[in-house]
Amino acid sequence: MTLEVDDLRVYYRTLKGDVQALDGVSFGVKDGEILGLAGESGCGKTTLGKALIRLDGRMKHVGGSVTLDDQVLPIGDDVKMNPYRFKQVSLIPQYSMSAMNPTRKIGRMVRELLDSRKVKLDLDELHNRLDLVELPREVLGKYPIELSGGMKQRMVMVISTLLNPSLLIADEITSALDVSTQKAVVTTLKGFRDRGFVKSMLFITHDISLTNQLADTIMVMYAGKLAEKAPAGVVVNAPKHPYTQLLISSLPEVGVRYADKRLTGIPGNPPSLLNPVPGCRFRDRCPLAFDKCAEEPPPVEVEKDHVVACWKAA
Amino acid sequence: MRRYFGRKLLVYGLTFFMAVTVNWLVPRLMPGDPVASMLARARVAQPEAQEALRVYYNNLFGFDQPWWQQYLNSWGALFRGDFGISLWAFPTPVADLLTRAVPYSLALLIPSILISWVIGNRLGALAARRKVLDNTVLPVSYVLTATPYLWLAALMAWGFGIVWGIFPVAGGYSFSMTPSFTWPFFVDLLWHWVLPFASLFLVALGGWAIGMRNVIIYELESDYANYLSALGAPQKLIRRYAFRNAVLPQITGLALQLGVLVAGALVTEIVFSYPGLGSLILAAIQNKDFFLLQGAFLFIVLGVLIANFIIDVIYVIVDPRTRVGMAGASA
Amino acid sequence: MTTTTVEPLRPPVRWEALYFALRNTKLLVGMGIILILLGIGVIGPFFIDKPPSEYVGMQMQPPSGEFWLGTNTFGQDLWAQFVHGLRTTFLVGALGGGIAAVIGMAIGFLAGYKGGWIDEILTMFTNVVLVLPTLAVLFILNAYIGVRGAGMQALFIGLTQWPWAARSIRAQTFSLRSRDFVDLARLSGVGSGRIIMREIAPNMSSYLLLTFILLFGGSILIASSLDFIGLGPTDAVSLGLMLQQAHQWSAMHLGLWWWFIPPGAGITLIVGALYVANVGLDEVFNPKLREL
Repeated sequence: MTLEVDDLRVYYRTLKGDVQALDGVSFGVKDGEILGLAGESGCGKTTLGKALIRLDGRMKHVGGSVTLDDQVLPIGDDVKMNPYRFKQVSLIPQYSMSAMNPTRKIGRMVRELLDSRKVKLDLDELHNRLDLVELPREVLGKYPIELSGGMKQRMVMVISTLLNPSLLIADEITSALDVSTQKAVVTTLKGFRDRGFVKSMLFITHDISLTNQLADTIMVMYAGKLAEKAPAGVVVNAPKHPYTQLLISSLPEVGVRYADKRLTGIPGNPPSLLNPVPGCRFRDRCPLAFDKCAEEPPPVEVEKDHVVACWKAA
Repeated sequence: MRRYFGRKLLVYGLTFFMAVTVNWLVPRLMPGDPVASMLARARVAQPEAQEALRVYYNNLFGFDQPWWQQYLNSWGALFRGDFGISLWAFPTPVADLLTRAVPYSLALLIPSILISWVIGNRLGALAARRKVLDNTVLPVSYVLTATPYLWLAALMAWGFGIVWGIFPVAGGYSFSMTPSFTWPFFVDLLWHWVLPFASLFLVALGGWAIGMRNVIIYELESDYANYLSALGAPQKLIRRYAFRNAVLPQITGLALQLGVLVAGALVTEIVFSYPGLGSLILAAIQNKDFFLLQGAFLFIVLGVLIANFIIDVIYVIVDPRTRVGMAGASA
Repeated sequence: MTTTTVEPLRPPVRWEALYFALRNTKLLVGMGIILILLGIGVIGPFFIDKPPSEYVGMQMQPPSGEFWLGTNTFGQDLWAQFVHGLRTTFLVGALGGGIAAVIGMAIGFLAGYKGGWIDEILTMFTNVVLVLPTLAVLFILNAYIGVRGAGMQALFIGLTQWPWAARSIRAQTFSLRSRDFVDLARLSGVGSGRIIMREIAPNMSSYLLLTFILLFGGSILIASSLDFIGLGPTDAVSLGLMLQQAHQWSAMHLGLWWWFIPPGAGITLIVGALYVANVGLDEVFNPKLREL
């Protein structure tokens, strides 16, 4: 196991109280595994991604642990977390288009970033990786504004993986791209994994069909909790959790990207996470809900590598 | 590049054109014979001077000519450097009075603007996102920026000049001195310069500190700062980048604030009877010397436009994006 | 995106703003100071039976129970002048700031909403006025007009102060112009004027309020400079005029600190309180600035 997350709880502080955005999630990612993380907005997937690398100012680590390569990550401590960032855990952010300092030439920025982390820049390796993503080496002498959107995206992917992190978090990196570019990004990420640039990957997206092209395993989250986790093919073809089933069936056809309308088929809204009622959080929208659902369903491994948190599935 | 500067120069050209036109138009909009009424209101003692001025100005205004001719004449006079003759300091030409005063004004303005800008930016950057410092720098800055220039000048003149008697409170140099390139005169000059400079500097400082603090907070929340934080870059590097980028809007701010800063310098000069343009303008207003006033106006407009252009050039040098964008546009 | 939707059950914006407004120290302190000074300026003159320029007694008296702020070299009551001066200063600030805000809005809305050549021309015009050193323009205008009222002064200040407001309102309008609700209104055949008044202006009302407050403070500072240089209202007392007279009659050299300190402090207090209230309001309207 590269990554092990155990009962992780991360809350958002708001003026009205704590929003339980991530409320006891456990899972593992194996060496070389790409885990796709899917779910609708507000399900906690972005919170999870942030929790693994850098909590933002309003988030607080309430409980649970994260273990990466047998080291417990101090995720609640921004300063102590620093040595792990970039070297062990790295991030390709949602905002690749604006992730680079606009007033520094890219090469200089990379060098300054590495210097600040006391790492020597291996220029040959950097050139190799630029070649790999088909970026001309001259980009290092350019300002970000001189690059096209796709070039910026690839440049950020190269920077983020330059130190061969154990875990790479890719947070909604494809949502702003057109279909062909999405495919290219997915291929590149796979290539990074196959060449060993990254040991494991967490690919966060709301687009299940895209996840299916890349991920070995898909984890579906709902309202801050794990709903279902299984090999990609199983989640797509034989999901057990009613939420996953609805999510998949609301797609016109898996593989066709039409996921923007993913939830029109599920009536109702996710519950408030401010003071969530105990029990299954999906039960208000669930067609199969019954009395037992007033108790919280524990995640159960129904088959090998197939975890479902639902009384009906167990 | 050419397009950028072309646009800027067009604006500056239009501004100057408008200033000259306003200057030409305002006296003509006043009821009655402007020359006569001006001379009547002016306090010119000698009758022969009165007559000489009347002839001179009737010629200058050229009321027997059609209005467009008058207008063109005024441009002609301007290009000859002829701003007329001062009524207050008759018969000194206005241009002479102004060129004598300008060095004093610049000696106050340039250092106070530049130093307050540099230190204010440093201070604001330091205060941003640091609770204790922020809670002291920010309130002080707000008080400073809300203070009228003239009042802080008066307070400092009173405190340091009159109560404690450390610095002189009036003039550009001591009455006993004659201007010369000697060491004692220079020291005397500097001694008289300290208070007006300090009061200008302080008021301007507050504004820059507030501006920088707000911009840098914005920069620290920007995507590139978040990305660097996620990659574990130390705060030092992130702050350095943020500061570098926050300086850019502050340069634009400098251009926008020039008018206010010049105005502040004018009233500060008046408080300290400093022999710059401000004191000249006060004399012109008190003595109804409109030619002097209008000349001073054109000088100030011209100065501000030149300064704006210099700032534009600096901006292009400092912000790579403008250069890159321009290179792309011209290629 | 994900993070904002995590907060459900938000109260209506209006109530929420009020909720935060009542808990924002900056806003409360700033507004408090302004209201107290405004109260003195509005109500104060009714309790002073003599006009502020009347010679009421001993000359150069320091502050006392009888003359709260003392008297000047002519034996005028400085408290009476201060109270009347506050009134004029507020009037010039509000009127000047208001006029500038109206012009700035008109030009900003029009340029930002219409775009095209109208935008080009208006922006060019705005930039021209922006680089003109306004105080110098005001010198010329005011100097030629012999008799000046406070209203006239405010008008001229308003006429020269608007450019930065127009610029920022234009930018805001520009970003609102292509929003769905504006498109919808346009498609249903609503006229430009109505769209601006009904759809765009209400959506940036908080921003407009902040702009007005800054213009208000700026107008007071400019007016004080004009007063000081001898181009103030000829028919009223203002805080700036008090400073001008104090300077003209050498109050500093005579040690009459009570002549020039209170009016300057009054201006600083008003403008400072306006700025601080502005920051507070910004925090109220802008959730990102709120501290948790």
